[in-house]
Amino acid sequence: MSRPGSNSLGLLDRSLVFITGKGGVGKSSVTAALGLLAAKAGKRTLICEVDAKGDVARLLDSEPIGFEATEVRENLLLMSMNTEEALREYLRIYLRLPVVAKLGPLAKTFDFVANAAPGVQEILVVGKLCYEVKEAKYDLILVDATSTGHIVSQLASPKGISELVRLGMVKDQVAWMEDILYDSSQTSVIVVATPAETPINEALELANRIDNETDVHLSALVVNKVMSELFSKSEEEFFISLQDPKATRVFNRVISNDVGLLLRGSNAALEMRRCAAPYVERLVASAGTVPVALLPLMFGVGSGMRLVRDLGEALAAEWDELLWQG
Amino acid sequence: MAGIGSLLERSKIVIVAGSGGVGKTTIAAALGLAAADLAGKKVLVITVDPAKRLADALGLVDLTSKGSQVSASDLDNAVGHHVSGRLFVAMLDAKSSWDELINRHAPDVVIRQKILSNQIYRNISSRFVQSHDYIAMETLYELYRSNQYDLIVVDTPPSRHAIDFLDAPTKMAEFFSSKLLKWLTLPARNRLLMGVFKPFYQVADKILGAQFLSDVAEFFLLFESMYGGFVERAKSVAGILGNHATSFVVVSSPEFVPMKEAEYFVSALEARHLRLGQMVVNRTLPSYFRDPAAILLAHKVQDDYERIALEFLKKGASLSFVKDSEVSPARLDALAERVLLEVADSFLNFSRVAMEQADEIAKLPIDEDQITLVPHLNFDVSDLISLGKIAGHLAIGPESSTM
Repeated sequence: MSRPGSNSLGLLDRSLVFITGKGGVGKSSVTAALGLLAAKAGKRTLICEVDAKGDVARLLDSEPIGFEATEVRENLLLMSMNTEEALREYLRIYLRLPVVAKLGPLAKTFDFVANAAPGVQEILVVGKLCYEVKEAKYDLILVDATSTGHIVSQLASPKGISELVRLGMVKDQVAWMEDILYDSSQTSVIVVATPAETPINEALELANRIDNETDVHLSALVVNKVMSELFSKSEEEFFISLQDPKATRVFNRVISNDVGLLLRGSNAALEMRRCAAPYVERLVASAGTVPVALLPLMFGVGSGMRLVRDLGEALAAEWDELLWQG
Repeated sequence: MAGIGSLLERSKIVIVAGSGGVGKTTIAAALGLAAADLAGKKVLVITVDPAKRLADALGLVDLTSKGSQVSASDLDNAVGHHVSGRLFVAMLDAKSSWDELINRHAPDVVIRQKILSNQIYRNISSRFVQSHDYIAMETLYELYRSNQYDLIVVDTPPSRHAIDFLDAPTKMAEFFSSKLLKWLTLPARNRLLMGVFKPFYQVADKILGAQFLSDVAEFFLLFESMYGGFVERAKSVAGILGNHATSFVVVSSPEFVPMKEAEYFVSALEARHLRLGQMVVNRTLPSYFRDPAAILLAHKVQDDYERIALEFLKKGASLSFVKDSEVSPARLDALAERVLLEVADSFLNFSRVAMEQADEIAKLPIDEDQITLVPHLNFDVSDLISLGKIAGHLAIGPESSTM
């Protein structure tokens, strides 16, 4: 899974970073956390939400944002991908034609193009992102990408388009998109998972597919929501002894109460941790030279700025100098 | 019998929807198992992309799109008694289902072969994500009409929004009957005569190249012979969604984002005059984490763990693990303190999450008897026995369950 070169480059030193993973693993929170870190470090950062569900905006305690990039915190801008708007922008920029207005209901035309020509939706997304890289208005563009199933077709879309379209403007443009997308010093992918069967499987499978089916560089893996160890070995032994009926009776006398539910809660937590551990190990073992960050399961931090800030701190602690070189 | 039981009893089709990562496939399989057991039905579960271990557990080793039967003795084992129904599982293979559809609709062998080898068709059938939604519906329709099963449970494909699945047949019908499509397939010289669409072709030719457009045109010309069939078909497929024997089960996990998505799906059902059968909230924490007395006690232990540890070691001096401890009394005391504090902290952490979950669930604009909670189970569903446990939770509700 490893790929030589560009490992000396910091994760956030590139211009375009896709963050993907199975639904529900916390892609958006990891994206928001990375964005906040980069912005704080003085990088002008754009976060683009591809699924356009508004999760990143909510995480950053912001109102929902449209296609137009909007600054939500210092140095941190947010946009929500919209393929129809991307097409409109594309036509305006590249054709400079008043004809756009004459196209009639663009939505219908768009529907047609998107449905009839496979890969058009994907290429519009990737095209818009690469265009922003080319324009260099930002130091870093983070993409809260589609989930594992769709990301490969997105990343491979320039290839697919060049197979289908043998002439025309798009054909020429695909070339510079590929130059950006498949250059590991400019573009990379970070895959996020949680310690459970399907997310880990999908992450590993995706890592392989990114390697085999695209020329995009996989720069890091993140395991989110990892439960920390409850007890050390001697503590766990003590905890087990405490559950001996005799010991529990003594304890209940001391607190004049029944400790049963509390012990049951800790047992449940231990069990969860025990079940999750092998998945973390498997991912770390399969990662090879790709750096892996383990982010703790956060309690009581809500689903807004506090979560993002705490995750950012955890990421910075895990990766430290891996994030950037200068 | 709980809500789910009567739903499985009365339905011929159960469509399981929800956002990614909530355990949709597992719940679909467990519903199938529960229906075979509780309602004694011959059940087919169609799944899209099952986790490997779940697929293995269900005997889906060759990942076939034809239903394969889960062995009867395995079923009996899974629930701990004789199961009167039968369970079949099929895996949706978008590519081959599309090919089958073409085989069925193509007017002759020549056109069929041309379509199957057309570059654009191959792209649509294998890569085009939206086409999976449609083909899943199409497969469901075909199986439903074959009358081979008493109940078909569909695990909907992962898509941007769970709702895409509902609209797939209508969109397909609209697409194939759209005027643009018909104009596009007119011969090139006729195109030039059409003033209105001239700018469109100019732009499209410039961007995509004439070659590509004529490839697309060829594809749709080939398809033209099947338009009528397709449109009719897509309408019938859409029709089974509104069938009175079709039920929707929306799966969510009790966190903010999936709950929002589930809520949106429920309102989308309403807007389409489709009925929600049950909402399944998967991976909920057990209710004892919300026990007020236990929470109070955890706070007490947190505030007073030093005194409690000391007193416990004093009163429990005769307990063997205290008496025979190899560490010094001071270190044993420190150990007891750390354990007590951790037990209390951890309980309160999970309490907070359990409270948040309960709030999310309470906010759902759905009747309580339409909500089924499935507890967070400490295993990945890797065999039929664990699937049987989930089926049990679905049937009886979560309160009697333990972690």
